Amino acid sequence: MDDIILQTLNGLDKGSAYALIALGLTLIFGTLGVVNFAHGALFMIGAFCSVTLQRIFSTSFEMVDETQTDFLGNPLKVETPYVEAWFGPEIGAAMIDWSVPLAIFLAIPVMIIVGFAMERGLIKHFYKRPHADQILVTFGLAIVIGEIIKANFGANPIPTPAPSAFAGAMDFGVMLGFEPNAIIYPIWRFVYFLFSLAIIAAVFAFLQFTTFGMVVRAGMADRETVGLLGIDIDKRFTFMFGLAAAVAGLAGVMYTPILSPNYNIGMDFLVLSFVVVVVGGMGSLPGAVLAGFVLGILQSFASMNEVKSLLPGIDQIIIYLVAIIILLTRPRGLMGRKGVMEE
Amino acid sequence: MLGMNAKDTMLFVVVTLMVLLAPILLNPFPTDSAFSQFNAGYPALMQRFVIFGILVIGFNILFGLTGYLSFGHAAFLGVGSFAAVWMFKLLSYNIVPAIALSIIVAGLFSVVIGYVALRRSGIYFSILTLAFAQMMYAIAYSDLVGKMFNTIVTNGETGLQVYLDDPQILYSEGDPKLPHLFGWEMNDSFTWDVGGWSFVFQNGYYLAGICMLIAFYISIRIFRSPFGLMLRSIKSNQQRLNYVGVSTRPYMLTAFVISGMYAGLAGGLMSAMDPLTGAERMFWTASGEIVIMAILGGVGTLVGPILGAGAIKYMENIVSTINDNVVRGWFEFMPDGLADFMVTIIHPFIGKGWHLTLGLVFMGVVIFLPGGLVELGQRIGGLFRRKKSSDTPSGATKPAE
Repeated sequence: MDDIILQTLNGLDKGSAYALIALGLTLIFGTLGVVNFAHGALFMIGAFCSVTLQRIFSTSFEMVDETQTDFLGNPLKVETPYVEAWFGPEIGAAMIDWSVPLAIFLAIPVMIIVGFAMERGLIKHFYKRPHADQILVTFGLAIVIGEIIKANFGANPIPTPAPSAFAGAMDFGVMLGFEPNAIIYPIWRFVYFLFSLAIIAAVFAFLQFTTFGMVVRAGMADRETVGLLGIDIDKRFTFMFGLAAAVAGLAGVMYTPILSPNYNIGMDFLVLSFVVVVVGGMGSLPGAVLAGFVLGILQSFASMNEVKSLLPGIDQIIIYLVAIIILLTRPRGLMGRKGVMEE
Repeated sequence: MLGMNAKDTMLFVVVTLMVLLAPILLNPFPTDSAFSQFNAGYPALMQRFVIFGILVIGFNILFGLTGYLSFGHAAFLGVGSFAAVWMFKLLSYNIVPAIALSIIVAGLFSVVIGYVALRRSGIYFSILTLAFAQMMYAIAYSDLVGKMFNTIVTNGETGLQVYLDDPQILYSEGDPKLPHLFGWEMNDSFTWDVGGWSFVFQNGYYLAGICMLIAFYISIRIFRSPFGLMLRSIKSNQQRLNYVGVSTRPYMLTAFVISGMYAGLAGGLMSAMDPLTGAERMFWTASGEIVIMAILGGVGTLVGPILGAGAIKYMENIVSTINDNVVRGWFEFMPDGLADFMVTIIHPFIGKGWHLTLGLVFMGVVIFLPGGLVELGQRIGGLFRRKKSSDTPSGATKPAE
């Protein structure tokens, strides 16, 4: 029993990332009808927002500290981050410590700008072209973004720790009445799960309860009619692209303590997220979220030692296997709508 | 000639001449000149040109004619190379059984995958092929089949190669210890020194080149056949075909299997050139590279795949070896500051950054030149023709599509 809970928990954080990326992909597909292969790159840009912020905060200068002396009696020179000098040592240190969550505030504007630029500059010209062309041009863009990141940040993964308050692990089992040490779960992963739930809830609430969201949903259902009613649906869809980019970016920002980002992280997640979208059903938002969590948890169960000894390496292929089975038995995916992407 | 019309015969003859004379044509700069690093006429690179040419010609039969974008084509390449290396291990270094088996095995795999993946179209087809390829990559990379039966099948991360204690039951005394065609070693080459030039003619390259010519010939015949016409009509309107009572699935499957067998042939040849193979060949970025080559050359055209494969492999080998000093050499005539500035600008695009160049070129082609290099050639040709006689409409040759 505790094993099952542990594996479910382990699957949740990966599942959250899949769900968030797949949600953004589905939003873009549902509104603009574009298959965005560069969505993983947006996730990566988000992840590198937190790397950048951490670097900015840690930028330091040499300061002569009068209170300390080295062994010769000279005043000691210490490396002091600018933020500590400006805001005082406590606040400065806390800012460096909390740079990953703080990067959210950097990532939101950055991602929205990147999203707008992408949509207006590139994707706009591809609405009328076949899906294959959209896949190809965004695939090219993903390569370019990945390479730009590589040129600036190097090819190695960059460790980006979580705030020390969330650094350790918690004994989850005790809370549920199990033996101590039965279910040890890193706190940050739990934070990530809650965070992603909040984002998903916010996106759904935005679409469900605001006028803007209502118009967008109407546009997803019948773009032409909404346009005929005198609503500039294109502008709103552009905004939705920015929103989807921000969702992917936020997923990336908070994921950095779990997996140190490098220039490949986007592509790694993208391939899986596409499988998630297709399993969930192209164009279905709840389907994308559901499939994200289901596949994340399935993957986690498949990587249990008991399962692995039965079927070695099943953890590597489980997602693809499930995708193939689902596509063949339920061609529209788990919750796919009729008439989406069907020639 | 050979069942081709005059224009195709001309094209085929030109390509044949280029393949046969490539060691000379691709070596325009003398060995000790400053530009010798732009020479592409060395065997290792020319082999890549023709082998990837075969691969992309096959991919083009599927994607170019039917419009089905397979994102997992590298899987067949990998399967083919594994099959060939196994033949080397079990029988002998003779490449005939190796290549035969690699084509057959890749064909079988493509029958199974095609049968399943072709039940869906559009993006679903792309994702399904991608999923299959990634699955096969994962299986090969951790050698799952081998682990299940407690033996070695793909040898995981290490990669599969031939060891001294392998059975090689057909090996007889005096046979070469490297891939050969009835004693004709793949690595043997003949160097012809003329003036400052040195041209290398290698057996392996010519074998692969002849395979590519055969593959090219078959692809011309497919393009011009009723079967090819049927594939094109699938691309333009599959629904209408279904309405008039044509079942498109068998045609699609045939095209898929043919292109899978082409990939198998390419994989087998790759192993024949270098009897060592690993799972990386099946990774999805490799499949992406095939797509890029096809697009860059010109989808749905006859020579496009060869041009695309050549252009990408040339860029990969040449751009990635250019370094800052070479660039500085180009701008020597400029004042120092300006030269430094140019070097700084060009720096991210060369050497290790060649993927950036690749991505940008690829995006540029998709955006501005959907017909790839072939379309570029036609446009330029059209410009010249218009200058000669303004009354004839431009582009007497229409795109093959």
